[in-house]
Amino acid sequence: MAQKRVLMKGNEVIAEAAIRAGCRNYFGYPITPQTEVMHYMAKKMVEAGGNFVQAESELAAINMVYGAASAGFRAMTSSSSPGISLKQEGISYIAGAELPAVVVNIVRAGPGLGGIQPAQGDYFQATKGGGHGDFRNIVIAPASVQEIYELVVDAFNLADKYRMMVMIMGDGTLGQMMEPVAFRDEEPIENIAKPWAACGRKGDDFHHTITSIYIDPDVLEKKNIELQEKYKIVEANEVRYESVCMDDDPEIVITAFSTCSRISRNVIRQARDMGIKVGMIRPITLWPFPSKPIAEAADMPSVKGFIDVELNAGQMIEDVRLAVNGKKPVYFHGRMGGNLPMQKEILDKIVAIHEGTLKEGGIV
Amino acid sequence: MIDFSIIFAGFGGQGILSAGKMAAEAALYEGKEVSWFPSYGPEMRGGTANCSVVISDEPIGSPVVNDADVVICLNQPSMEKFEKQLKPGALMILDSSLINVRPERTDIKVIAMPASDIASDLGKMLFAPISMLGCMATETGCFSRDSFEKSLYEVLPERKHKLIPTNVAAFDKGAEYAK
Repeated sequence: MAQKRVLMKGNEVIAEAAIRAGCRNYFGYPITPQTEVMHYMAKKMVEAGGNFVQAESELAAINMVYGAASAGFRAMTSSSSPGISLKQEGISYIAGAELPAVVVNIVRAGPGLGGIQPAQGDYFQATKGGGHGDFRNIVIAPASVQEIYELVVDAFNLADKYRMMVMIMGDGTLGQMMEPVAFRDEEPIENIAKPWAACGRKGDDFHHTITSIYIDPDVLEKKNIELQEKYKIVEANEVRYESVCMDDDPEIVITAFSTCSRISRNVIRQARDMGIKVGMIRPITLWPFPSKPIAEAADMPSVKGFIDVELNAGQMIEDVRLAVNGKKPVYFHGRMGGNLPMQKEILDKIVAIHEGTLKEGGIV
Repeated sequence: MIDFSIIFAGFGGQGILSAGKMAAEAALYEGKEVSWFPSYGPEMRGGTANCSVVISDEPIGSPVVNDADVVICLNQPSMEKFEKQLKPGALMILDSSLINVRPERTDIKVIAMPASDIASDLGKMLFAPISMLGCMATETGCFSRDSFEKSLYEVLPERKHKLIPTNVAAFDKGAEYAK
């Protein structure tokens, strides 16, 4: 049963959800705009009887996650863009060793130290690897504080189920804002056995070794093939997205995730008031990407074109274009540097698409 | 009500962020959708602080407010900055105890009230933005006095309940300046 709605910050809810999901190991290093995750953990994780460590660096924190996950415990770290870059070595090792872990990226504007305001410039890094080697992470992009709560709990289940890292990707807006959230009395925690965990041999006839090194090319290739087969299963089973106003033959389809999808939702209402039928496909999992519903929308005779809205120079748009496969034009609206698009900017482009005066491509 | 947006702005330490949170809590008490978004980052004491609150019957789009229905200003730099971010016909409430000048725009409604003097009479400067909440709520009807009071009892820990009557007194004092 859902409890009464309370007003909480996105970052605090990330921490609360993790504790509710049974995570008892959090290792972090402060960075704006995600530091409240640590603040909350510093108090509540300890109260919950878990381990909270403010590590000496981001690299240390991700490797502590590696250690706790190796022993079969639910573990998490969080950071923001520059810190996530530092963690990439550990993230690749986690993929190689097939460890379940949750990593939160409250994205800020880059590149480099960039700024501290919201952005989505880490889409490529999050969905196309980021670290070295052939690997994937499940990447989940919540769009509200309520959704943060539900998806963080799911993230721990997915991580255990597939022995994979799950990234929760938000942005400064989502981390810093307060919104109502209603917690459940009981969490849907899936207790998945971890016979592989390195917590003592206990009479088994094999050593519980956690490693990502395979010197023999044939052995490593076999390992790689196994990983890719696992990723295919994830792609087949774990795609999540939301369709908004797609049932009445929309003319223009917005693709947007997280904060941009919220702003776009209001644009849909405004456009429809003007008589332009706009719908939206909002990816919730950025990997695996919801290619199929986008491809289906591209096949709809009513759809004249797509407009992809992001807080970057156009990253997810590449996946949208792959799914659309040249069948319809894909336009773009993006803001960078920590700025958010205003409703009017998006609406103006939609009107231009409707009138056939907007050119494909181009930034902003 | 769809996306009724409020900006609270002033110096850090004036209770801007808390007042915004109180407004959001009061509207949440009425079952509304609400969002609260602070200016964040390397802020310093004495520097400017602001937050945006959105109240709506529908799910809220952007929590960042570019064109506000109400701006509550507790210093002159904020007034000058956020005057530009009001919708035509929207409301600016300013603390006349601290701000001597008035906005240049003529297409907005302005209520100048001595919020800091009211707060000083009540014994704590932090009541200044609370009195302005009272003015705003009464002027616009974005939430009721009752919801304001009851949400405080719900949200604050019991050891702080003794402070609620003074908060409500500040709210009532401010309500007198609604036109």
